[in-house]
Amino acid sequence: MKREVFIERVLLFLALSSIGSLLLITIFIFLEGVPLIAHAGLKKFLLTSHWAPTKGHFGILAMIISSILVTLGAMVLGVPLGLACAISLAEFSPERVKTLLKPTLELLAGIPSVVYGFLGVIWLVPLIRDYLGGPGLSLLAGSVILGIMILPTIISISIDALSAVPDLYRDGSIALGATNWQTVRRVVLPAARSGIITAVILGMGRAIGETMAVIMVAGNALKIPTSVLDPVRTLTSNIALELAYATGRHREALFATGIVLFVIIMILNFTASAITRRR
Amino acid sequence: MTTSPAASDNGPAFACLEIIIRNLNLYYGDFHALIDVNAEFQARTITSLIGPSGCGKSTLLRTLNRMNDLINGVRITGEVIIAGENIYRPGANLTSLRKKVGMVFQRPNPFPLSIYENVVYGPKLHGRPSKQELNEILERCLDAVYMWEEVRHRLHEPALELTEEQQQRLCIARLLAVEPDILLMDEPCSALDPLATLRIEELMRELKKNYTIIIVTHNMQQAARVSDDTGFMLLGELIEFGPTAQIFTRPADKRTEDYITGKYG
Repeated sequence: MKREVFIERVLLFLALSSIGSLLLITIFIFLEGVPLIAHAGLKKFLLTSHWAPTKGHFGILAMIISSILVTLGAMVLGVPLGLACAISLAEFSPERVKTLLKPTLELLAGIPSVVYGFLGVIWLVPLIRDYLGGPGLSLLAGSVILGIMILPTIISISIDALSAVPDLYRDGSIALGATNWQTVRRVVLPAARSGIITAVILGMGRAIGETMAVIMVAGNALKIPTSVLDPVRTLTSNIALELAYATGRHREALFATGIVLFVIIMILNFTASAITRRR
Repeated sequence: MTTSPAASDNGPAFACLEIIIRNLNLYYGDFHALIDVNAEFQARTITSLIGPSGCGKSTLLRTLNRMNDLINGVRITGEVIIAGENIYRPGANLTSLRKKVGMVFQRPNPFPLSIYENVVYGPKLHGRPSKQELNEILERCLDAVYMWEEVRHRLHEPALELTEEQQQRLCIARLLAVEPDILLMDEPCSALDPLATLRIEELMRELKKNYTIIIVTHNMQQAARVSDDTGFMLLGELIEFGPTAQIFTRPADKRTEDYITGKYG
């Protein structure tokens, strides 16, 4: 019995320490970043786009817009593809195909992002440059690469959501004379809706947080893009690119950028879990 | 097969109602689940199928609207004739078959949609009815299962918030909305309490005036209470089929007698 208690205590300690380190990271980011926001003013920090940290200009609007656009672009590509893939695997494929392909797709999530970036630079960027114009390194390239990178997240969670819909519903619909597709569209998808929305939101979180692949293909220019072929610099790219040499206020400004990302991702995750819980 | 001219010339309301099963065999892979079943289910009657678990009664029921087609590795030989046509003929239209032969499941399975959307599901599937028509269907079908007054003010609430009995009634209403001729019921009361069961049975007796009903049940008392004809199944064979009173009082087969007197099952 004493042993039992001992093991419980150890497990509790380990669990608390992982939560604790998460908490410490959060506190650290906020401690480092908040003074800069106070110094520059929240409004100025978020709503101007003049970024010259060594000269005292700390506006990150261009990067916020770039991050949002790259993410939206990734969703435009990734959501329909991912959903179509999930529906076809979960509803229209024999069990054998599903058990083979789902782990394979999940494997995609394990490929290091630098490899995606590399493929983007080698294949995608020249394609865009040659056929669509511009430098190739662009908002479009970033969106396409991210759209592919979020596929495993969207597909895998959507498949789980679709598979969780009881066969009772499918049988009921088929027995009323519905075709498979009618059943999927009118019963299964509505029943799996919250899970699918969660999949999309988590995919979004992954897209907005991705750094390496975006740095490699998006061009990293510091301005608000006016075309999908313009190079862009996202919030994450900016931190990664500048942190190595940043000091003083500049460094604080990068942490403040981190706070913005932190808040965005928190909001996305809370929304996802709120939707999941409501079902 | 040849249909009698009377059956094929009659209006659809009369022609569709009875079911003739000839030499029906069904295999799940190597397992011979239905063995040479022959039966005629009469129009506007309630026929119950009884027998111990695994005897094939649900399987037999599901051959009548071809729900067994959904299971991998099923092979079926023989004929099931509904409305003068073998439903297993090549090229048979499953959608129109399932519209004609509706099914109520063991566990109430309303869709996770509103009460309204559940009832109009079938009509919307098979046509483009106007809002007015949908409202008429809604009232008629919910009225037929004695639910209209109970739910008329909460039609847009989720169907899953209803009680199990109401859910099962709703499933029957949803079925009536596609205007079937035959209702298949697979242990429709097994999830319900005794009072709810009685009320569903009452509903079945009411529905029998317009529909042919075939019910699979574990509950012999239920078969005795509601059905006109009874079939007793054992290990994939239809052992005995006849008027319910006869099956329960003077069974011809020893195995039937042993089952209804509770020697096994």
